[in-house]
Amino acid sequence: MEGLKVSDANLMVCVHPSMSRRVSHAVLHQLSSLLFKFNESFDGVVLAYDVGFVDEAAKILPGILPYFGVKLKAKMLLFSPKPNMLIEGKVVKLTQESLHVIVLGFASAIITREDIREEFAYKTKNGNGVYCSENQKHHTLKVGTMIRFMVKSMDEEILHIYGTLLKDNTGSISWLDNESTGGPITDRSKKRSSENHGMTEQQAIKDIRHADDQLKKAKKRRTVEQP
Amino acid sequence: MIMDMADPNAGHQQMDEVFTDNELVHLVRNALKSIVLGDGKSYHDLIGVMHQKGPMSPDEVAMLVTCLKALSGAASSIDLTHHQALLSTIFSMSMWNYVPEIMDAIIDLVISMAASNGKYVDPCLSMLIRNFTPPYSFLRMMKQPRGLSIKEQVLSRVHSALEGISRLVPLAPMVLLTLIVQRMPRQNDNEDVLLMYVENMFRLESGSIGHLVGSTMFVAVVDRMIDLDLDIAWEDILQDDAGKGIFQLELDEINEIDDEIENDVNEPLGAQMNRMGVVGNAIAEKLDSLLALTFGHLESCQEQGRLNEVFGTLLNSFQTTVLTAYKSKFAQFVMFYACALDPEDCGVRFARTLLDIFVCNDYPPMTRMSAVAYLASYLARGKFISTDFVVEILRRLVDWCMDYCKIQNGDTNPELHRSFYSGCQAIMYVLCFRMRSLVHIPGFKSQLSRMPLESILKHRLDPLRVCLPSVVEEFLRQAKAAHLFTVSKTFVFDNLPESELSRTFGGLERLDMFFPFDPCLLKKSDRYVRPNYIFWSTVQTSFEDEEVSDQDDEEEGTHDGAMTIGDQDGFDIDEFDNALNKMSITPKNFKWGGDMQPLARMPSKLRPSTSPGSF
Repeated sequence: MEGLKVSDANLMVCVHPSMSRRVSHAVLHQLSSLLFKFNESFDGVVLAYDVGFVDEAAKILPGILPYFGVKLKAKMLLFSPKPNMLIEGKVVKLTQESLHVIVLGFASAIITREDIREEFAYKTKNGNGVYCSENQKHHTLKVGTMIRFMVKSMDEEILHIYGTLLKDNTGSISWLDNESTGGPITDRSKKRSSENHGMTEQQAIKDIRHADDQLKKAKKRRTVEQP
Repeated sequence: MIMDMADPNAGHQQMDEVFTDNELVHLVRNALKSIVLGDGKSYHDLIGVMHQKGPMSPDEVAMLVTCLKALSGAASSIDLTHHQALLSTIFSMSMWNYVPEIMDAIIDLVISMAASNGKYVDPCLSMLIRNFTPPYSFLRMMKQPRGLSIKEQVLSRVHSALEGISRLVPLAPMVLLTLIVQRMPRQNDNEDVLLMYVENMFRLESGSIGHLVGSTMFVAVVDRMIDLDLDIAWEDILQDDAGKGIFQLELDEINEIDDEIENDVNEPLGAQMNRMGVVGNAIAEKLDSLLALTFGHLESCQEQGRLNEVFGTLLNSFQTTVLTAYKSKFAQFVMFYACALDPEDCGVRFARTLLDIFVCNDYPPMTRMSAVAYLASYLARGKFISTDFVVEILRRLVDWCMDYCKIQNGDTNPELHRSFYSGCQAIMYVLCFRMRSLVHIPGFKSQLSRMPLESILKHRLDPLRVCLPSVVEEFLRQAKAAHLFTVSKTFVFDNLPESELSRTFGGLERLDMFFPFDPCLLKKSDRYVRPNYIFWSTVQTSFEDEEVSDQDDEEEGTHDGAMTIGDQDGFDIDEFDNALNKMSITPKNFKWGGDMQPLARMPSKLRPSTSPGSF
């Protein structure tokens, strides 16, 4: 999946003097306020971070309150979908007019009828809506299907993505994978190489988990170092 | 064109043309597009259909439902800039005005809009929140069965819509909780509206997105309680001419309206409940209803096994808001009741947290003093608290005081050592209430003598002289009678409940006279609290010595006969009154710069407010 990247960042967190005995706590609290929000400086939505302190000392900043600036080096996992990128998500709602998808568990996406290619026809099966390909019998999209779609645009405030299924390389991931390998469905954790250093969703989830583990370890380390 | 549509779902043809759902959506899309191009007829027709109000014929209902469904399908074509009129119509619709079929269609439309365009999430959620409460004209109907049935129809749909939107837009709860808190009715708003809104907040808390929004809901409710609480000024608490004090409240078990009578036959009967005077105070009533609603919700949390989790939020909120409000009057009973519902976990956690705050130097002195005042009052009044636990906490308090004494060389200095004095006073206050039950525990006396209590109280810092005289007197009397220890000095307090020294250590906020869990004056809330509450009158002194038996009779007011107001035959009301004054909250007007009149007796009722929020 495209749109995910890991960036290195040099940060400075301004810590209030009342938190001078709990600097790690203050820093982590400040960084968690960045999560799941689009950040212009990083040009992406911060999903996870792993921080390390650069220095044991911090400079007290000029101002009315003596905040001190703690310098950090962080690895940030960012989600930054740009137009024409291919991203993946799970279908949560299907109507005759639109397809609603959730990406990475937090971003909502919509693909309107005009942006679904002609080959997909809306049908009702067992009372549920389904998009079936008229060319490929087994290519169906229903609630729960993981699909790959192309990004049209993104509303950065609410993290709402507008997508399309017009291109042939979009649709149900399992079907597309099947097609590309020309055989039965293979191990889905196979990495896809891409020019933009893209990753599969599984890799992305692994990355998030890894970052989370690192974070927990870092927290533990710092709790020990700085009582 | 729009007006020509018939309802295809009805299955019969009223007109020559029958439209499929798809075609209807197509029609609406065209109407939406045409307004952009300057041709607004269909568009305005559409808005006209949606503006219909009042009782509607089945055809009109069908028409509106059809339009709404078609709009649902065309939601992605609704434009923020070009379709302002339509948007404001949709978002101002109140589901309370419509039949369930229309309610369903509105809900579907709102969900579709929120899912199709990120910019509509905010207004869609706001619209649903607005539907938490009915229009004012409806409020009267809310107590009737029909009103209640409409309420359930609306609210069940509103909440399912909120959950539906959260499923499709995972970050919606983040926006939702900000909006809910922003739109929460204020303390001066209508009581029914406030209560209904809070009901909805609790419904969200226990719903499927409760784990995301629940804690914010509780925090907001407690904040509102504090707002109401602080609006009840201490001056509102009048003194009663008949000389009854808050103590009287404890002795009076009968409410003339209600009929709950405690089994204790020694309790005098028939005296009027002081809380009857609360009825007139609108703010107090609001707080009372809000507290009662919250208690009910806590009970349901307990039934669902979630109370422990919820308690964490309450405890944080308490520390942030209630503890630092310095002399909140009734809002803290939320904690009391939650502890009563689960004494082993919540009850213990509450006391330990308060104690930890008291002993921790990081907190400012006022916060620490407030914490120990809460602790003392809680341990004294909580019927559900085990005596073992009381002893454990007392031991820790004593240890802290002892450690403090060891590092002090100086003399009495009420201001400097205020934390110490408040700690000593807390110990004495708890023992006043619990002494009797404690001495019955085998080995307690030896435990107590092992505790360096005597050396603390007789230390150079002289807590017996500095702490609140009423507490000290009562404690010494009980300690002497229980043969715990005696003091050689006699303390002359002139029967005053307070002294110059206690005022000094108490500070401006008078934390020396702060007993936050004194009897709750709010009627509805008290019904919940009462079964778990220790009244002073039920605390019999731990001895039957002759020399104090006379005092006993007066202090406890234990008369066999009924005692009614004005029944003063052969009874010295002043002495009785005096004795009553001793062991209770003293929300008196104190002499402070001579501005206020000192109250001779305990205040007993809340003054009826002349206008809401006028204080």
